Amino acid sequence: MTDLIADLNAPTAPVGTGTVRLGQPVSRVDGVAKVTGGARYAAEHPADGLVHGVVVNSTIARGRIVSIDTRKAREVPGVLAVLTHENRPRMRSLGFAFKDLTAPAGSPFKPLHDDRVRYSGQPVALVLAETFEAARAASRLVRVRYDERPHDTNLLASLRRAHRPRPLKFGYKPPPSEKGDARAAYGAAEVKMDAVYTAGVEHHNPMEMFASTVIRGEDGHLTIYDKNQSSINCRSYVSRVFGLKKSQVTVRNPYVGGAFGSGLRPQYQLPLAVMGTLYLGRSVRVVMTRQQMFTFGHRPETWQRVRLAADRDGTLRSIEHVAIAETSRMEDYTEVVVNWSGKLYACDNIRLGYRLVDLDQYTPIDMRAPGAVHGVHALEVAMDELAVELDMDPLELRLRNYTEYSPMEDLPYSSKELRACYTRGAERFGWAERPPRPRSMQDGHELVGWGMATGIWDAAQFYGRATAVLHTDGRLVVSSAASDIGTGTYTVMAQIAAATMGLPLENVIFQLGDSNLPLASVEGGSSHVATIGSAVEGACVELQQKLLRLARRLPGSPFEHLTLDQVEFADGHLRVPGSPERSMRLVDLLAAAGEQRLEASHTLVSNMLRKRKWALGTHSAVFCEVKVDEDLGTVRVTRVVSAVAAGRIMNLKTATSQISGGVVWGISGALHEETYSDHRLGRFMNHNLSEYHVPVNADIADIEVLFVDEEDRIASRLGAKGVGEIGIVGVSAAVCNAIYHATGRRIRSTPMTPDKVMRPW
Amino acid sequence: MGSEIESMAPEAAPPVTADRHNVELVVNKVPRRLEVESWVTLLDLLRDRLDLIGTKKGCDHGQCGACTVLLNGVRVNSCLTLAVMQDGAEVVTVEGLAEGERLHPLQQAFIDRDAFQCGYCTPGQLCSAVGMLDELDGAPDGDDAVRVREMMSGNVCRCGAYPQITQAVLDVLTASRGEGGAA
Repeated sequence: MTDLIADLNAPTAPVGTGTVRLGQPVSRVDGVAKVTGGARYAAEHPADGLVHGVVVNSTIARGRIVSIDTRKAREVPGVLAVLTHENRPRMRSLGFAFKDLTAPAGSPFKPLHDDRVRYSGQPVALVLAETFEAARAASRLVRVRYDERPHDTNLLASLRRAHRPRPLKFGYKPPPSEKGDARAAYGAAEVKMDAVYTAGVEHHNPMEMFASTVIRGEDGHLTIYDKNQSSINCRSYVSRVFGLKKSQVTVRNPYVGGAFGSGLRPQYQLPLAVMGTLYLGRSVRVVMTRQQMFTFGHRPETWQRVRLAADRDGTLRSIEHVAIAETSRMEDYTEVVVNWSGKLYACDNIRLGYRLVDLDQYTPIDMRAPGAVHGVHALEVAMDELAVELDMDPLELRLRNYTEYSPMEDLPYSSKELRACYTRGAERFGWAERPPRPRSMQDGHELVGWGMATGIWDAAQFYGRATAVLHTDGRLVVSSAASDIGTGTYTVMAQIAAATMGLPLENVIFQLGDSNLPLASVEGGSSHVATIGSAVEGACVELQQKLLRLARRLPGSPFEHLTLDQVEFADGHLRVPGSPERSMRLVDLLAAAGEQRLEASHTLVSNMLRKRKWALGTHSAVFCEVKVDEDLGTVRVTRVVSAVAAGRIMNLKTATSQISGGVVWGISGALHEETYSDHRLGRFMNHNLSEYHVPVNADIADIEVLFVDEEDRIASRLGAKGVGEIGIVGVSAAVCNAIYHATGRRIRSTPMTPDKVMRPW
Repeated sequence: MGSEIESMAPEAAPPVTADRHNVELVVNKVPRRLEVESWVTLLDLLRDRLDLIGTKKGCDHGQCGACTVLLNGVRVNSCLTLAVMQDGAEVVTVEGLAEGERLHPLQQAFIDRDAFQCGYCTPGQLCSAVGMLDELDGAPDGDDAVRVREMMSGNVCRCGAYPQITQAVLDVLTASRGEGGAA
């Protein structure tokens, strides 16, 4: 039985919203909560006698802790305790206990476990105090003595150490083996290009900092409000790490202030806050600082080499794409960087490679469109470089090699409306007017350039369960332990349920964000709509079956012998199309059957047998205009058109925002954001929002999003594929290609900061 | 052998004390009298002492704008001011923008334009927009969209809802001009 959990305060649409269709641009059901300050995030749940925890981080990258002197810190009025590896509560020692659902191969980091320091910024102590301010002041008085060992954080200096990764990670596929003979075809080809691309480290930096509030019940039960992308993942982690029963721990994430992949794994504030509670027997809150947001996973620095070869007419003869990325010494973080180059264009000879270098860093973690952001960037800039070699329009080159068949998987696409993306995007942008030569357009002092690129991402579907409960007051409560990290899960799931059941949107409550709700996979990889959405629709169809069965059994039923395809659920009624008199309100039906509530559920498991016969993916065509001041090296992206094929769109409004936000991320990756290391210290240096640049409002101009018609029942029963990642993929390449068109200079390292763009002296 | 080094906690740090001071504030039209330590920021006072968690902490260093509130009618980063410095001030937070159930026009415009995703920067964006509309008259002339983008650039939105935020603010600006009043 799944009933409403009052503490979650699940939002509903305003009264008067009425019935909705799938695809309709409905406003977010959590809109009022978010614009009035009513939505409570992880650090905002009150508890009696709450203790505040502040983390102390290591100042060396590798070595051992010789001693920690906490005396001065403990003397600060209000300080209750300082936890270190020497006095923390008991936790498991085996690495396996720390493995969460999305952990890559290896042994995960174990916070405050022992005296070893594995990276700069590692948590080494937790100060617990009656107030945040006391804990913060005391945290600065903790004295740590280290035995420092030599470290290595420099990827580009260590490429020769690259090794084949251990491939075990949820969702990761190693590059397929070579198709044809790419090197021979390269050697024999008429036109070729060969280039190396590098991309720096990035940190997710969601606006909400990682936080956990552990509320201890009188019976010792822990209710934990935590920032993550899967409450179930974090619940299971806490249980295993501390040897607590499943029934002793509840993890909740009803509101998540952005995550972008950083919440796919439990972050260290969670086990530290639990330690605080176990140690003191009180409720504890631990919130990271913005600086500490740079002390766990990141998008890995990546080195790539791409070689392309073609006939004079542009027909691709060979694609070679090799990537080397960094990981920690603890785990082999893997992401799909190069496989895309074997999926996008027709080619008989393809060779892909992917290697890792172990460094004294924290393990990287998935960040929006992991792997594809760098991999597709390199491929799509290389395609632009090849177009220059061929003296060919870059869009024409892509169309010349267009295919709806994935060459390396040797499978047809279940759907691929990329051609429509190219056509509609180009038309909307005015691509036909593009002068072929670089440095052809100017606006006052600035050079103007137009560039384009293709985007590709998965159409992922995982596993999940949903329940739907109809109550006699007309409310439909739909539940799944899903997450809404700003993507619009609350809205879209309620919309799917309301549209399926023919109920006004305001009658539907979709509750998510509690580990006791029906099982849901992580919110990641743009999978949530195809996964949880399908489970929601499945549960609603099951509920329809149950309602119809009830209706058929009523005395003198007008629905006798009817099957589901002969009736409809609309306007809160069960009715027979074309027979207005054969209609009954759902609430009356429940009452007549003497039921207080009627529950149905559906478990979705992706049909891998069926999907094995197809290549699946989402696609996009991105066109952009840049204005470049060569004297200052500044680049402004003045116009972007992103045309997207992502299956059936569930909510035009929230989907458009997802894509548009992805474009902003793409511009950011192209021009602004990079975490810089001082390799002598082995430390990230610009760990704040002043020096780690993300776009502000004035950096972003016009972004136009188009969805082309696509529907894919192989990807999901809803026909949807998901839109979280596809918006970012290819954007940085389009910007790079536009900068080339503006200036005639090719920049092969991202972000393309002013020092790289500036006219050479 | 490795080298032994020590973290740089000050050996001769002055003793930490936490004397309390009286502060009177009017927060969202409600007079509040509090006794707080001098190291409490206005932001932490709102969140930890008054449970007004609508005002967000995004960096605690004045770099993101999530904590923007209206202090005596002017938008400020509440993380950069100590509560004891604001004795007698009038504070409006996101919780004080609506009139009962009736949303402020900017709040409604943000919903209509989908000007947020995760919602974490939203209270700061809204307070900033309210303050900004008051500042517009004194700002240099120019294209409204360009001015709004510039003047809203103290508020970071990592979800990238900037085009929608700009549109929402322009909607309200246009509507207020239509009514003949200053924004």
